[in-house]
Amino acid sequence: MDREALIRRLEEITGPQGVISERNQLRTYECDGLANFRVVPSVVVLPETADQAQGVVRACHEAGVPFVARGSGTGLSGGALPVSDGVLIVLARMRRILEVDLDNQRAVVEPGVLNLQVTKEVAGDGFYYAPDPSSQQVCSIGGNVAENSGGAHCLKYGFTTNHVTGLEVVLPDGELVHLGGGKAPDPPGYDLLGAFVGSEGTLGIATTVTLRLLRKPEAVRTLLAAFEGTDQAGDAVSRIIGAGIVPAAIEMMDALAMEAAEAAVHVHYPEGAGAVLVVELDGPEAEVAHQFDEVERLCQEAGSTTIQIAEDDDQRALFWKGRKSAFAAVGRISPDYYVQDGVIPRTALPEVLRRITELADERGLRVANVFHAGDGNLHPLVLYDGEVEGQEQRAEELSAEILYTCLDHGGSITGEHGVGFDKKQYLPKQFSAEDLDTMQLVRCAFDPDGRANPGKVFPTPRLCGERPGPRRVHPVEQAGLAEVF
Amino acid sequence: MGTQELEQGGLVGPAPAGTAVDGVPVARLARPGSVEEASQVLRAAAEDGLAVVFAGGASKLGLGNPPERADLLVSSERLDQVLEHAAGDLVVRAQAGVRLADLQAALAPAGQWLALDPPEPRATVGGVVAANASGPRRLRYGTVRDLIIGITVVLADGTVAHAGGKVVKNVAGYDLAKLFCGSLGTLGMIAEVIFRLHPLPAAAAVVTLEVEEPAQAGRAVQRLLRSPLEPSAVELVVDEWGWPGRLTTVFEGIQPGVEAQATAAAELLGQVGSAAVAGPGQTDAALSQLGALPFEKAELAFKATFPPAELPAVLAELRGRGPLRWGGSLRAHAGTGVLWLASDAREGELPADSPAVPRMVGWVTEARERLAARGGGLVVVKAPPHLKGQVDAWGPAGDALGLMRRVKERFDPDRRMSPGRFVGGI
Ligand SMILES: Cc1cc2nc3c(=O)[nH]c(=O)nc-3n(C[C@H](O)[C@H](O)[C@H](O)COP(=O)(O)OP(=O)(O)OC[C@H]3O[C@@H](n4cnc5c(N)ncnc54)[C@H](O)[C@@H]3O)c2cc1C
Ligand SMILES: Cc1cc2nc3c(=O)[nH]c(=O)nc-3n(C[C@H](O)[C@H](O)[C@H](O)COP(=O)(O)OP(=O)(O)OC[C@H]3O[C@@H](n4cnc5c(N)ncnc54)[C@H](O)[C@@H]3O)c2cc1C
Repeated sequence: MDREALIRRLEEITGPQGVISERNQLRTYECDGLANFRVVPSVVVLPETADQAQGVVRACHEAGVPFVARGSGTGLSGGALPVSDGVLIVLARMRRILEVDLDNQRAVVEPGVLNLQVTKEVAGDGFYYAPDPSSQQVCSIGGNVAENSGGAHCLKYGFTTNHVTGLEVVLPDGELVHLGGGKAPDPPGYDLLGAFVGSEGTLGIATTVTLRLLRKPEAVRTLLAAFEGTDQAGDAVSRIIGAGIVPAAIEMMDALAMEAAEAAVHVHYPEGAGAVLVVELDGPEAEVAHQFDEVERLCQEAGSTTIQIAEDDDQRALFWKGRKSAFAAVGRISPDYYVQDGVIPRTALPEVLRRITELADERGLRVANVFHAGDGNLHPLVLYDGEVEGQEQRAEELSAEILYTCLDHGGSITGEHGVGFDKKQYLPKQFSAEDLDTMQLVRCAFDPDGRANPGKVFPTPRLCGERPGPRRVHPVEQAGLAEVF
Repeated sequence: MGTQELEQGGLVGPAPAGTAVDGVPVARLARPGSVEEASQVLRAAAEDGLAVVFAGGASKLGLGNPPERADLLVSSERLDQVLEHAAGDLVVRAQAGVRLADLQAALAPAGQWLALDPPEPRATVGGVVAANASGPRRLRYGTVRDLIIGITVVLADGTVAHAGGKVVKNVAGYDLAKLFCGSLGTLGMIAEVIFRLHPLPAAAAVVTLEVEEPAQAGRAVQRLLRSPLEPSAVELVVDEWGWPGRLTTVFEGIQPGVEAQATAAAELLGQVGSAAVAGPGQTDAALSQLGALPFEKAELAFKATFPPAELPAVLAELRGRGPLRWGGSLRAHAGTGVLWLASDAREGELPADSPAVPRMVGWVTEARERLAARGGGLVVVKAPPHLKGQVDAWGPAGDALGLMRRVKERFDPDRRMSPGRFVGGI
């Protein structure tokens, strides 16, 4: 089917207002939150219902055309980067909250619903939706599902995958299936819901999502503790975890990150602090009161220089604003920067931070560190100036070195931003060829023709017809004539 | 290399006389002691075209439909090492054959535990993952899928594959660990698992409520769930004699916290019936009883699942006058929509020629329809082989069954891994 025919077919499904094919308008969609990569899609289509979304996918299937799903386009790994000969399916118009069922503590929503919108909908009844990515005002639930997004409060409450209990999915051939039990637990069969969440749009399109709602905790208490440096702050984190306390969140920022956040939102961080921790406890009043005192004491024992306790919700919001605006704020102290996302076992923190400093020094670059300290998810922000000859390349190298450091310590190349387009070449550093082939088995079951978000996550997927099996050494390799990279 | 060569090496041998899985005899047994050996065994089995079934603690080998074929039983009993306990990171890596009770004992000195409490102490961690086993505290901690962060599996052709890792937060690659949760040996062998851990609670308090009838049970549970209280478990027991039943609410954490919560819960539940905070001795007794399923001697057992708010309706059907009237005991993880039923018929009391057998088959069909209408389902957890021949263990798996079959075909194209045990004959 040629492009014109496909456009006509898509217009029949969504109406002409749902299809964008003008080159200039298409440019709006050429990248996601990672602007380094840009591709103009062939067509953009904006379905308004699950039926339309299914029709669109079926039309792509019949035309043999690849497709990429897009929610709000805030992804930071190029996951929603279009493919030039493909259709970009934007779910942003599917924005209805279909059902709120407080007796079963569930909400059923369309994928374009914004993360924060869910909490707003149920806050009046004393409920909320737990996963809280910093982008929660703008990112979509569909994007959260695809990325298995996390947030500051995931230390205690888990990630998107722990809060999605049901999905309606359009498979790449247009078939509509329901995964997970929805409101009932333990559905019989394979946990395909678990496999779908975090699959970054490569297994199909989520058209309806059932979310778990939580009761708002009775008490929330937050403190901001300043330390001489990240070592002392890291020590405080170890003491808190070691005492058997599971805070709702423990976030750390180093001096450079504070400097940036201060410039943007005026939190009034203590002068001369080398690191701050934001520690939040929530839960039943009596428990929180008791453990909060203990956290305060443990911070002091670890050498905290000043401790500020949020007096009210406004001050708490300010502590969080400083933290959540840190990425963007770094723009105030550096013309350009990379946002890195890597994970290490929390106990390796001091060692890894030292190594990052060394690596940065070697390249004459600065790194601001903002991270989810409780679970070892680092977000080093590599600062550079694109105008200065060679800096961008060194910054890129440094970003990569940071990931290798994470892997050396038994960590991961991504804790929440996903592999997407950006990191697919690193995936084989974390997983063996056999591991990746095994993941590919899942891909082939869902998408044998490889049409859903092709070219993402996996560097060079096998074709689905190939029989994987244990990897055998090729005779050429064996003879020492070639190496496999 | 086929299994014959491995037999010479001692890795595969004849199974002890009488070895059977759900009534299906198995002739040969392999007991690999490492991931490499497991891979060798499965590769050899592939060479010989053998149908393979797996066993951990063999506590629940009867789960699922009887296998269509079973040539080789692969036991994880020699894979019994806790490989790494990173206490500071609240993470443990263990081989599949480690018994859950032994794992908990190894973690306890560090003040930690794996927050899973299925009632079967002999269960192995691999078996718990393969069967998606859970217990009362799932209300607070979730199930296996919420706690597993990494896995090593051996596939039908001997391929060893990993997914996830040693860090709790990790979105690199597909989450294969979840795919293997509850896969019951149909995708391959689980060789190693990595879990996130929780601090062991220092104190516990228990509140009990006598429950006269279904609607009251429903009200009590809804009140708890709507309150800011954070119970670890809310368990309902109705024994063979019928109402009244007992609702046990457990709080775990630090002493001042659990005391305050228990007092608040007793007051809250006091508005629905006669509730009381258990004394110290009673608390220990209640905790040791918690979640015990009286299935060992029952001839039949079922697991019903439904949206939690349907609890009173489901209870009314089971303990009312309608077609679902159930004579045995009931135990519910009342806050999560899981209800276990054990028959009052003891083991051996339902021979193939018993007139009760067709009644039971009819009951399962009826129960499935009614639960499905409420968004739930019913799994046959325990039944004599002759009954299993007449009812599917799982019931309908929904419109994703075709997709599940395609997953199975990719992982096990020759259908040799526990064939026939799973949903839809997978
Ligand atoms: C300032 C800022 C802060 C951020 N903070 C965090 C954070 O704290 N934690 C965190 O985890 N992430 C964070 N992110 C990353 C991003 O917001 C999340 O990944 C988010 O989930 C993406 O949602 P989206 O709607 O923008 O998805 P998009 O960017 O549009 O898409 C992301 C991926 O999801 C796929 N997709 C989208 N919708 C669907 C669907 N319905 N079905 C199937 N696949 C779909 C796309 O194909 C793509 O692969 C941040 C981003 C920014 C810009
Ligand atoms: C519907 C249902 C009902 C249950 N009922 C009960 C109950 O009444 N009481 C109770 O205590 N628990 C129950 N459980 C939980 C569960 O069966 C056991 O707690 C646990 O699986 C027993 O572990 P095991 O090591 O003894 O496993 P086994 O009994 O040895 O094996 C259980 C299943 O897992 C497979 N398996 C075991 N190890 C592996 C491995 N390493 N790799 C791949 N597959 C493997 C086996 O092939 C078998 O199918 C139930 C679970 C389900 C899903």
